[in-house]
Amino acid sequence: MTTALDNAILSLVTFVPLAGGILLLLFPRRDRDIRVFALVVTLLDFVLSLHLPVHLARTQAGFQFEVNRRWISNPNIHYHMGVDGISMWLVVLTTFLTPLCVLISWKSIHDRTKEFFILLLVLETALIGVFTALDLFLFYFFWEATLIPMALLIGMYGHGRKVYAAVKFFLYTMIASMFMLAGILWLYAKTGTFDFVSVQAAIRSGQVEGFATAAPWLFLGFFIAFAVKVPLFPFHTWLPDAHVEAPTAGSVLLAGVLLKMGTYGMLRFNLGLFPDQSRSNAWWVMILALIGVIYGALVAMVQPNLKKLIAYSSISHLGFVVLGIFSFTQAGLDGATFVMLAHGVSTGALFMLAGILYERRHTYEIADFGGLATPMPIYATFFLFVTLASVGLPLLNGFIGEFLVLSGAFRDRAVYGVLGATGVIWSACYLLWMYQRVFFGKVTHQVNLTLPDLDGRERAALWPTAIVALVMGVAPLVWLNAIDPAVQSALSPFTILASKVVGR
Amino acid sequence: MNSAAMLPQAADYMRLLPEIVLTVFGMIVMVLDAAAEGRGKGRGEDRRIEKTLGAVALIGALAALAATFIQAQYPGFAFWNMVQVDSFSVFFHFLVAAVTAVVILTSFEYMEVQQIRAGEYYALILFGAVGMSLMSSAVELVLVFVALEISSISTYVLAGFRRRSATSSESSVKYFLLGSFATAFFLYGVALMFGATGSTSIATIGDVLRSGQIPLLAYAGVALMFVGLAFKVAAAPFHVWTPDVYEGAPSPVVGFMSTAPKAAVFAVLLRIMFEAHAPGRVGLIWVVAALSMTIGNLGALVQDNIKRLLAYSSIAHAGYLLVAFAALPDNGIPAAMFYTASYAAMNVGAFAVVSHFGSAGERYVTLEDYAGLGRRSPLLAATLTIFLLSLIGIPITGGFFAKFYVFSAALQANLVGLVIIGVLNSAVGAYYYLRIIVVMYMREPQQEVPVARIPIGLGFALAISLVATIYLGVLPGRVLEYASRTATAWSH
Repeated sequence: MTTALDNAILSLVTFVPLAGGILLLLFPRRDRDIRVFALVVTLLDFVLSLHLPVHLARTQAGFQFEVNRRWISNPNIHYHMGVDGISMWLVVLTTFLTPLCVLISWKSIHDRTKEFFILLLVLETALIGVFTALDLFLFYFFWEATLIPMALLIGMYGHGRKVYAAVKFFLYTMIASMFMLAGILWLYAKTGTFDFVSVQAAIRSGQVEGFATAAPWLFLGFFIAFAVKVPLFPFHTWLPDAHVEAPTAGSVLLAGVLLKMGTYGMLRFNLGLFPDQSRSNAWWVMILALIGVIYGALVAMVQPNLKKLIAYSSISHLGFVVLGIFSFTQAGLDGATFVMLAHGVSTGALFMLAGILYERRHTYEIADFGGLATPMPIYATFFLFVTLASVGLPLLNGFIGEFLVLSGAFRDRAVYGVLGATGVIWSACYLLWMYQRVFFGKVTHQVNLTLPDLDGRERAALWPTAIVALVMGVAPLVWLNAIDPAVQSALSPFTILASKVVGR
Repeated sequence: MNSAAMLPQAADYMRLLPEIVLTVFGMIVMVLDAAAEGRGKGRGEDRRIEKTLGAVALIGALAALAATFIQAQYPGFAFWNMVQVDSFSVFFHFLVAAVTAVVILTSFEYMEVQQIRAGEYYALILFGAVGMSLMSSAVELVLVFVALEISSISTYVLAGFRRRSATSSESSVKYFLLGSFATAFFLYGVALMFGATGSTSIATIGDVLRSGQIPLLAYAGVALMFVGLAFKVAAAPFHVWTPDVYEGAPSPVVGFMSTAPKAAVFAVLLRIMFEAHAPGRVGLIWVVAALSMTIGNLGALVQDNIKRLLAYSSIAHAGYLLVAFAALPDNGIPAAMFYTASYAAMNVGAFAVVSHFGSAGERYVTLEDYAGLGRRSPLLAATLTIFLLSLIGIPITGGFFAKFYVFSAALQANLVGLVIIGVLNSAVGAYYYLRIIVVMYMREPQQEVPVARIPIGLGFALAISLVATIYLGVLPGRVLEYASRTATAWSH
């Protein structure tokens, strides 16, 4: 065992992109070199991050690859990082998607290229940091740090009402996270530490003075910050704007990873620190999640804009994740984590596909397309494959997660399961209908006849998502047997009998 | 103390070394300027002379910075207990000298672009720094007053240095009239304090006020002194002069007077509030801090001129800083000291960018002019962005820990209401700082605004402020620890 590497691996994975971004600052403005360099850095980071799933001790609960050093003595902040089976996969998801983002932005970004890739690399560091940080302060720092590069990506490289979208995105999330900061500071004031593990231990042993009265507010403080990020109905209004105006790479990371920060936060912090409050508040959270599932799907159905449709489908899918988390069942949480990963891959792919179309036609209006299967057969095939994955066709990645979530929801209360299951049907409706309108029938606009099919670079960006979508559907255990022990320990404070999903 | 104490000792002079160095260099600049008068043949020669004067002034500031370390070796009282060198005064001496050096670096280019005769300018900055340094080590109220006047008079003149511009003269006159009025208040307060306690020494006043009955006159004395000082730090409701003066004064000067004299006045205020054990402290501060934060932030929301916007922002920051004064000395004093340092770093940096970008006649100072700066001058825009993020209080910048320490000190003193007002204000503040960032990166310019290359002096100034801002945000521990020594020393 390479223990030295095990100790350093999380810091490496987290900060390699940042180092790349700083090096990029010194680059001359030769766009091609910059792109190649960004691709190399992100690929290197992906390879490094593969160390995690390979060397993770799967049967072992708790955090691994930990580093814990004192950073600042007053306030008592530690550089504490570590991952478990849940956060590890989210890290890998981030490092997997970022090189694809570089590929997909190859041509579409030709103005201020250097800044674009610097922002993208900084964003990657911040995103990975959110999933690896185990010190509440460090977590908050990375959480806020994602905001600035993302807002700049939207505002500088977006389309249409980009400034409006960027500012809305920034203010929404920033104000919401202030509530979380207040909660973190309260916990620090009472426990004298920001360390997640220590705070958790202090709460569980009942040593925190005044916790009983403060707990409902603390739960809410954290919850609001995460709910805006997810976004849970009714905090979702920033999402369609941000997505429609964002550049493709921004959308991919926004849907693929940023939204998961919210659900990951709920799982780690709401359930981890305030189990009792999570239990007593679960009923309205479940209702909001269900509204999100159904409302998101219905609104997606009537969208004339391709990107908005995918954006609303995200709201619906993330509703599933919340449903799974707050079912407090092993199956539900396993499923929720799996949906996070699957959604990251397939929605990331959908946004890339939408972006490819936009590069050719400069529109997202579904009505401007139709019959695209004729001029772009390869594109249409990829699109169909990803759509089916997103719909939840068995043997593709969407199915496993949704199935597990629904079985968890059923176990919690049958009505949740029934209502949630309608979401699966809706998603088939709006996605397949959209597919039909874009690809089948006659070509209604002459320009569309001459559209070129995918080139090599675009295929290189799409193939990995298609392969992963298939592998995740066929061999979900590769993922689940790492997730399962982590979920089990997350559920340990909950009294409900956890049923094992993975036979070992 | 024996009879030899009647004469100043060598150590006494060492305890005043930075002030002496600054004064000497200030005089050298003036003499050189006078000697060079009329000698220059043509523009090129003039420029060389001015560059030399600037370089001498810079050396003076750096020498003062070095002198701070020598001074720190001689802690104790000097000149019949009028001056005290302790870790507190050393902290502020260092801060003032550093800000002075950065401002001089910023001014090199500014003087040239604005075509201002530079001689007296550099001398005045150095003389101002003398007053500011002295303020932080003066422990006798009359000396404090003298130091305050030295610092104020040079800033009054500096504010009017863009002689061709009417707004600059307006700024100077307004600042002078209102400022003198305010110092009169301070002097009146000192007189009342003397009446109440029989002393003008801060330590003695503290002893008197700590023991036994507090005379009513002392309350009045504190209130009047506070009015005078609150004016100088631009705290509401004594802030009305700030936007006009900042708008008219030369930008490097604004960078200077919004940081160095403010830090010095806060030092005086710390001594009066905590060392002199001022009565009625918490109530007084509570109201003024809440007002400053609110008025500053709300006022900044509607500004379209960057300098006015930053003026209101400085009112708001005075408010955040004052919150620390309402806290307990143990953590209030270090929090306030940390705040002055990090505010100085980020604000002097922000004004350096503003003064470079304003170009001849400070033409480009509206928000509109900043549109597209991210494209035309990526480095300048990125630097300004970091200063603005620090002013918002985003983590790993000095501004974050500054707010963090202040608010947590206030929480430990159970000032929950004040903290809530402060946090809400920070949220409002985020909006207008972000507006600048948004305009720089996301708006296309309406007109062609030229951006000159970054000259070397300004480059250094920006680099120093940037490093300081980030350093305070990443490793705040050492500075805070140093600041904490004062609190321990005062709570004897």
